[in-house]
Order: sequence, then C-alpha cells, then structure tokens
Amino acid sequence: MQPRMILALALCGIGVAGCATRPSDSEAERAVAEMIKASFKTRGQATIDRLSQDDAQALCSKHAGELPKGMSDGIEKVQQAALRYPSSGKLMGDWRQGERIAQSGVGKQFTDDPNRPAGGSCYNCHQLSKQELSFGTIGPSLYQFGKLRGSSEAIQKYAYGKIYNAEAFAACSNMPRFGHNGVLTEEQITHLVALLLDPESPVNK
Amino acid sequence: MRIQRVLAGVLAVTLPCFSPAQQDTQKEIERYRQMLQESNPAELFEARGEELWKTRRGPKNASLERCDLGLGPGVVKGAYVRLPRHFADTDRVQDAESRLVTCMVALQGFTPEEARRHPFSGTGAPMITADPFSGVGQRSVMTDLVAWIASESRGMTIAPPMSHPKERFAYQAGERLFYYRAGPYDFGCVTCHGEEGKRIRLQNLPKMTNAKDAQRAFGTWPAYRVSEGELRSMQWRMWECIRQMRFPELEFASDASIALITYLAKKAEGGTFDAPAIKR
Repeated sequence: MQPRMILALALCGIGVAGCATRPSDSEAERAVAEMIKASFKTRGQATIDRLSQDDAQALCSKHAGELPKGMSDGIEKVQQAALRYPSSGKLMGDWRQGERIAQSGVGKQFTDDPNRPAGGSCYNCHQLSKQELSFGTIGPSLYQFGKLRGSSEAIQKYAYGKIYNAEAFAACSNMPRFGHNGVLTEEQITHLVALLLDPESPVNK
Repeated sequence: MRIQRVLAGVLAVTLPCFSPAQQDTQKEIERYRQMLQESNPAELFEARGEELWKTRRGPKNASLERCDLGLGPGVVKGAYVRLPRHFADTDRVQDAESRLVTCMVALQGFTPEEARRHPFSGTGAPMITADPFSGVGQRSVMTDLVAWIASESRGMTIAPPMSHPKERFAYQAGERLFYYRAGPYDFGCVTCHGEEGKRIRLQNLPKMTNAKDAQRAFGTWPAYRVSEGELRSMQWRMWECIRQMRFPELEFASDASIALITYLAKKAEGGTFDAPAIKR
C-alpha cells in the first residue's frame, strides 16, 4: 500500500499535478472534502480511512476521463515499480481454484466476513469461460485468452502483473489492483493466471 | 425469487447472441417490465405512507400534514420531482428523506436520531428497525412515506431547482463524489456508470452523464425490488452502491448522499418521473 495522504491534500492532486491547474476550485475542494468526511462512518472492516486516496486514486479522480499523457505514463511508472511477483517464482496455479475465485464477488464490503478470503469478481466485468453466460462487460472478453497468446513465461508474468496491479499497465484502469491493495493473495492470483492460460482451463476451450 | 429466475432465464437464453436476437431480448425485457408494472406491490407501501403522513405520532402527537416539502406546507403533489432543493429554515439542500427528518423533528417532536433511525414503535404501529431501510418482514416509516411522496409526482417532469448557490454547490460536490475513486478496489461511481451499454453480470448499468440513462435511473426510484421483496428508496440506492464500492457506510440523509442525489437529479432533468417502479 502506498503512503496515504490526508483527504484535503489528495483532492488537490499533490505529487504530479499540484494545485495550480484549477486554483479557483481549491475552496470548493476543501468544502467537498469536509462534506465527505462528515457523511461516512466506519462500519466493520470498511473503516473511514478507506476514503483517503493514494496518488493514483487522487489523480484519476481529479482528471477523470481526461488524464494528460505524461501523467498517465507517470502513474504507470510508479505502479510498475510497486509490482511484486511471488518469491517462489511460480506464477501458474490451479485453474479449477481460479474458476471459483473468478466467480466469487465477495470481499471487503462491510457486510462481508473479513475472515473469509475475497473473490476476484472477474465475471462481474469479463467474459471468461463459454459456459458462464452471466458475465459483465465493463472489461474486455477474456475468452480464449491463453489460446490466443500461449502460456510463455512472459505471458504468465504479464497476466500476473495485470491482476496484481492493473494500473501498472493502464493508468486509471477500472480494474481493482487486486494484489497491490491486498484484496487477493499471491496464491489466489496464480490460480487466476492458470484460469487464463492453462490449456485445460474452460477459458481456452 | 421466481420472477427473478424467469428474468434471468430470458436473459441467459438470448444474451450471448447479438442483434437481432439481442434486440428481441431487450423487447422481451421491456414487455416483462410492463407486465410487472401492472401489479406493483409498491402500491401497498404508498398506501401505508399516505396513512402515516396523516397519522398523529411522536411526543407532539402531530401528523406530517403541515410538512413543507418545498412547495409550501402540506403540498405533496409534484414535490418529489423538485427535490433536492434548498430550504430556508434549515439553510440546507435536502432530499425527500432528509426533509422528512426535519418535519418529524419540528412537527412531531422526535429527536433527529429517532427520526433518522425510526426506533419508535407502539401498538398497531409498524415494526421499526434500527436501520433507516426496511428489511424483510420489517417496515420502515421512512420508506413508506417516501413511497407515497414519490408516487404523488408520477408522470411529472424531473425539475430540480438550481437557483440557490447551495443547490449549485451540492451539484458540484455530487459531481466530484461521482468521480471520487478510493478504497481497496479503487472504485468510484464512475467505474460502473461512466460508459454506455455496460453490464455487471447481466445487470445493465446506466451511464449517469447520459441524459436518457440518468432520466430512466432517477425516474424509477423508489422501486419495489422483486429479489428482495422490499421497496427501496433513492437513499437506499446510494447507500447500497457505496457499500458495493467497498467504501465505509454512507450515512443516511447525509450531505454527501444528498449531493449525489442532487447531481443525479440534475442529470435526469427533463425526464418523466415514473416511480415507485418495479425492478428485478
């Protein structure tokens, strides 16, 4: 997890952008920050500090839909540097477990049991196997992901890295940074890599 | 729930194919929604809400019939589609629910905490939960009242006022919140509601910056949700989205909740209000 900043500073987009871009907004930004702080409360595992933004979240909020090119490269560079791969070097797990993780949308909500592992919510946004017809479309279809790309070391590393931290590859991606933000464990991510790349996985049938 | 399964079945059979099959699916869903609308259990909530409005309650043993929802004391017809708005007596921008809290305090003598949580009950009174929203088998005074108030704007044009500086500020705050990404999933409202024609699983997602989508979304809450067997308000819709975004809990009738609703109401301006609706 990146060092968190206090909300008011985060809203100013400190770091890359600075406050200079929209100076007239700073008062409104402070007022909004105050409003947010006063309107949310900790419930269960969803503590109030979740509203504090890291640099990437602050920049993506501030420049939603119009992120300048240099800034997007900057975010990707910082997130790339924060990528961590399993110390074992093993990136491919078990696609069967991966399928279960992909189906599960639980985790990190204040109504979820914090002792239960989170799912990947993959089907919420992606098509994966042909059998599952209930899939979302916020992300691209991943059907035949491995069949089209193979399962070389480089592809494994890419798939692992993308799930671990999508913003290392696409700044302000809609996809959560599952590893970076501690939603999924290293092992869970290797199972998802297998779901994508294993020739036996339904994704590649 | 049976209806949900039927709907899921209709979707599952035809969705993977694209037009013209997908258009047929959409038509079928529209037809199905029409069928549901014809016998909407929301009417029960509306009837209870109307009665509650007229019932003397609270330490002051008064009804809500003098409550000012923005068009003058006691005027309910057309009030919902002109909310949220600025109220001089509280100097706040308020939506229907937060205004009801004000009226329950001022007219009926409840404390703000009581009005927000409805922990009051009595013989013959609806069972009240600690939650501002009703649960299965439980009733919420707030939910019933909002159902009725909303129903009194059915068929009218969504027209939130924007003349007061605090109304404009609420809109701007709502807009910033809409784009505010945070939490362990990096989500903001915009993650799911920023692009056209997207889905979560099989659920269609409105793009809230698109007038047509926003009009349909804003114009169909409150709604009876078949899957829950409950009537849900716009405050609940905000609360539930925020929960799914992995944020901390959005406080009922808070300024941020009203700011978001103000933003959506303005995006939906000009649309026809058609709630309480019925949804999956």
